[in-house]
Amino acid sequence: MSYTDAFFYFFAALTVGSALVVTFSRSVIYAAFALLFTFLGVAGLYVLLQADFLAVAQIMVYVGGILILLLFGVMLTTRVTNAEITTGTVQGLPATVVVGILLGTLILLVSRATWNVQESLPDVTGTTTEIGERLLTTFLLPFEIAGILLLVAIMGAAMIARSTDKTKEAA
Amino acid sequence: MESLLTSILGTNLLTTVIYCALPLVFVLTYALIAVLGEVKISAWMQDRLGPMRTGPWGIIQPLADVLKLLQKEDITPSASDKFLFNLAPFVTFMGSYAAFAAVPFSSQYIGASLDLGIFYVFAVGSIGVVGLMMAGWSSNNKYSMYGAMRSVAQIVSYEVPAAMALMIIVIYTGTLNLQDIIVAQGGGIWNWFVFGGPKADVVLASGRELQASWANLVFLPLFLATFVMYYVSALAETNRTPFDIPEAESELVSGYHTEYSGMKFAMFFMAEYANMFLVSVVASIAFFGGWQSPYGTTIGALVGVPWLSPVEEFLWLAFKGFFFVFVMIWLRWTLPRLRVDQLMYMCWKVLIPFSFGIALVVGFLVMIM
Repeated sequence: MSYTDAFFYFFAALTVGSALVVTFSRSVIYAAFALLFTFLGVAGLYVLLQADFLAVAQIMVYVGGILILLLFGVMLTTRVTNAEITTGTVQGLPATVVVGILLGTLILLVSRATWNVQESLPDVTGTTTEIGERLLTTFLLPFEIAGILLLVAIMGAAMIARSTDKTKEAA
Repeated sequence: MESLLTSILGTNLLTTVIYCALPLVFVLTYALIAVLGEVKISAWMQDRLGPMRTGPWGIIQPLADVLKLLQKEDITPSASDKFLFNLAPFVTFMGSYAAFAAVPFSSQYIGASLDLGIFYVFAVGSIGVVGLMMAGWSSNNKYSMYGAMRSVAQIVSYEVPAAMALMIIVIYTGTLNLQDIIVAQGGGIWNWFVFGGPKADVVLASGRELQASWANLVFLPLFLATFVMYYVSALAETNRTPFDIPEAESELVSGYHTEYSGMKFAMFFMAEYANMFLVSVVASIAFFGGWQSPYGTTIGALVGVPWLSPVEEFLWLAFKGFFFVFVMIWLRWTLPRLRVDQLMYMCWKVLIPFSFGIALVVGFLVMIM
């Protein structure tokens, strides 16, 4: 077993293990913190696939952005005391049926699909330049549209936050 | 450097581990010096002597502190969340230390010469932020909780101007690789980015050629302002005075690590000092030539001793890093603490708009020149 294999199994175990904690933990806080290790594991797998830009973008966006927002959300919605938010089990039977069907479909799909498997990875040293060039030439329009969409979303969020502030002042 | 280690130890796991652990040795040593620096400089600024009893002039005081911390009882509050409480210091330190992988300590030593350099340093920094939150929440203490919340809010806000400031340098060099950014500043003090960047064509470490001329002097005021912005954001990101609201002693005891003692406290302390050095070293890489000497060459190259050059380069980088850490300590004992609203005003109404403005101007100039 080479180092790469060892690292692959390490990151795979980290991803799956922490994903299980996310799913089965009753405490939302534990689930959120376990998500950190899931994201790190996935980033590690990306690195092993030579997708270094994707790996770092994964950490930047998910750990630096979404996870922190999630934690803030959980911490601000509960009281700062030790009142723990937990998730419970409801609708046991329908959930089992739906999840069972979904699992069956997924297993069927995974086993029947023809995977485009390559014997070895293409020899790439860094994908950043390539991605940057493609984004600003071939995929310029989608890139710009995504930029405008995000700008609109940010402005919308700011507007919503503002309007609640005004109603408070009026009241 | 790697080939030297391989020739001594052979190609095996041990070589890799030693190669990865070298920055750790440096960070540990640096933390001892910085702790001593902090107590001594604060003492001199306030016309005191500082610690004088351990060793001559108290210079082995930090070692005594380490021994004390090692022997201290490790207290875990009974109402805390034990697992997360014990995990938090490791996550925080991991986040700080992981960033050193992309820092070029000399032209011959860099953990991983990533094309992503700066982007990677910023991304892994966010892991430490999650660690802070973990510490604050699991301590089950209102001071820890408020400290962690303030700290995280501050780091997340000031990441924007800090990243934007470095992005301005990236727009000019066209690379995220830290080694490339340093190589672009070779040849003398006037080629450093804080003085407007290279004045003659340079070939970067990755083989790309960067065209430059003395017309680059127009960048001098822009890059100088960018450096100031980066340094201010870096102070806020490391929770140093005047941005130490998350650790305001008069309000919050000592912030997110209020409940920690012994070695776990020491790990937070180490992570904080490692972060201070990291932002200082990134400032010196992006604006002050990294391991480049101010006279453009090394004594090793002049007298023909090849092994001396990397050592000198490392010393230059360490010197610049230490200098900026010294400035942080200096500011701590000079400036009063900002209020929260002043902190947010500074970030959102001063640093961010100005950094965007400079980025636009630099982008335009790079395009037409």
